[in-house]
Amino acid sequence: MEQQVVLSYDGSLEGFLSCVFATYEEKLKVAEILPPGKNMQELFSEAREIITDPEKAKRVWSSLKKKTSAAGLRDVKYAFLSEIDGIEKQLLAMIRYIIAEDAPVDRDFSHPSVLKVAQAAKKVGREKHRMEAFVRFRLTRDAVYFAAIEPDFNVLPLIKNHFKSRYADQKWIIYDLKRSFGVAYDLQNVNFITMDLDPAIGISGAPEAYFHTSEISFQKLWNQYFSSTNIKSRANEKLHVQHLPKRYWKYLTEKNLPEK
Amino acid sequence: MLKFSKMDYERIKEKLSILADAAKYDVSCSSSGSKRKNTSNGLGDSSGMGICHSYTEDGRCVSLLKILLTNHCIFDCAYCVTRKSNDIKRAAFKVQEVVDLTINFYRRNYIEGLFLSSGIFKDADYTMERLIQVAKKLRLEENFNGYIHLKSIPGASDELMREAGLYADRLSVNIEIPTKSGLKLLAPDKKHEDFIKPMEKVKNEIIQYKQESKLIKSTPKYAPAGQSTQMIVGASGESDRDIMYSATFFYKKYNMKRVYYSGYVPVTNDSRLPAMGSQVPLLRENRLYQTDWLLRFYDFDVRELLNEDHLNLDLEVDPKLSWALRNRHLFPVDVNRVEKHLLLRVPGIGLKSVNKILHARKFRKLNWEHLKNIGIAMNRAKYFITCDSREFEVNEPSSEYLKNVILSTSSGKFRKDISSQLSLF
Repeated sequence: MEQQVVLSYDGSLEGFLSCVFATYEEKLKVAEILPPGKNMQELFSEAREIITDPEKAKRVWSSLKKKTSAAGLRDVKYAFLSEIDGIEKQLLAMIRYIIAEDAPVDRDFSHPSVLKVAQAAKKVGREKHRMEAFVRFRLTRDAVYFAAIEPDFNVLPLIKNHFKSRYADQKWIIYDLKRSFGVAYDLQNVNFITMDLDPAIGISGAPEAYFHTSEISFQKLWNQYFSSTNIKSRANEKLHVQHLPKRYWKYLTEKNLPEK
Repeated sequence: MLKFSKMDYERIKEKLSILADAAKYDVSCSSSGSKRKNTSNGLGDSSGMGICHSYTEDGRCVSLLKILLTNHCIFDCAYCVTRKSNDIKRAAFKVQEVVDLTINFYRRNYIEGLFLSSGIFKDADYTMERLIQVAKKLRLEENFNGYIHLKSIPGASDELMREAGLYADRLSVNIEIPTKSGLKLLAPDKKHEDFIKPMEKVKNEIIQYKQESKLIKSTPKYAPAGQSTQMIVGASGESDRDIMYSATFFYKKYNMKRVYYSGYVPVTNDSRLPAMGSQVPLLRENRLYQTDWLLRFYDFDVRELLNEDHLNLDLEVDPKLSWALRNRHLFPVDVNRVEKHLLLRVPGIGLKSVNKILHARKFRKLNWEHLKNIGIAMNRAKYFITCDSREFEVNEPSSEYLKNVILSTSSGKFRKDISSQLSLF
């Protein structure tokens, strides 16, 4: 039997595409593709570390691009950012299927990997949309609108442009506490940043050491609005939680401020 | 940017509680379809899809700051909480206060924009003018590109409606009562023509804008997200046919983007209306929305769903299934061959699944497994389709029997309500 290999890479999209390149170049049979921090499950496979090579990554991406629709390419990017266990292998299978076929097959949802990738992409798309909705800026003492998030998937790279076009005239920072990096807008550009954050800053509330004195007042006004706009005789807890899953409540002033 | 003093917050909070409470029966919260881009490095962008920033405990989306400018009103419409004769607290925002609230909420990513309505004080034009002032300030002084939805005040002049559309993304007049006779009974001060007039003006302005902007790119935008209206359901004894025929009329005649249906929430003891504490007809409202979707996205004609023989929708099953059960001669269809028009009509197959099926069947013949993975609702669909398999569910049982089988093998969010509603008979 042919030896299966387990590839490890640096966790970047380019790194992953370099793995795809290697599977062609060296005719590898792949058992797993692992980002940093994930351990090998297969006992009898050979382990290989793939060094990220932007040139090779580019070659894979451009041959993929030739045969893939815009929606298919988006699915590949989104699914990659899902960080779901084993998604790299599904992506590899999808990419190889697309490149092998003459006709465009990236929308062939009857192919198991195409479907899996589309489903993962859908989850990421949903999380992206939720972050665009549930990010709550708080005005700091130095006039920056600050938000901290802990998204299920790595969506910060996907949401930064949305916020840039929306808040072009205010400084803002969105920080991913889970992955320890953020994006900051300085009225010109959006840059990736890392910071040492005092845990006291929290995800909601407005501790006075950090936030503008008016901040808490606006949170209270918003809270008032939220409760006044509710229609009690239509109460529907199930629907409420379905739209607003509890794991997102930590972001929302209206679900956290104890006093009215 | 931070214009409120300490005192003001409390006062504004009180106004907010009164004027948000009074605005909440207007169900529209849409913030999509505007195409207003942030090209000026200003604040806000409404070119993308709508965003719900929160959900109230009744499960409704919170996308806009939805408030009345004031709840003082010269009219006495029976169904309205703000009517003149109702003994409630009254309040009024200053124009600048609404502007400040909108901007500060928007900057924190609480909202997509503002939905401003008002009780009618003095007269229609005076009220409409104040609403326009808010929108104008937001656009011209604050460089605000977020979403603005203004109410068209019934009876407002053509000149003001023209101006309103230059600043607002959407305009709406709520027809509220779907029949003229109902309107006469419940809102004796209001005339049907007063609703129609601003709708007509807005429609014509939108048509004109679309033509002119083809020739001259810099033509100022006019209500790019179109206009909408709302009908109250269950306040005046109207049938589902009355409601949906009215809705169809407004969609066709005035190019409405949306018609909203709002189950009547009793706000008063009035012999003309359902008593206080009566159940809000949520299930009926839901069926009306499903019907609305079938008309707008599924190529149905309203007369296929509601007619002389079917004055009201079936509460037990959704309107598409109900229609399919009445038209068994068209089924089963072969999902691998049937044209889109009919595929859209299969119960349990939605728009997205239709598109997935159309894509996927180019590559191979689809079987039950494929269809399940695509995500169609098999418990309903399987009785109406065939695919690449020898197993069929279709053995020509009667529609009545089939309906019971589907009901007993599926669950519905309103099922409990139905059984309690049915057991009354």
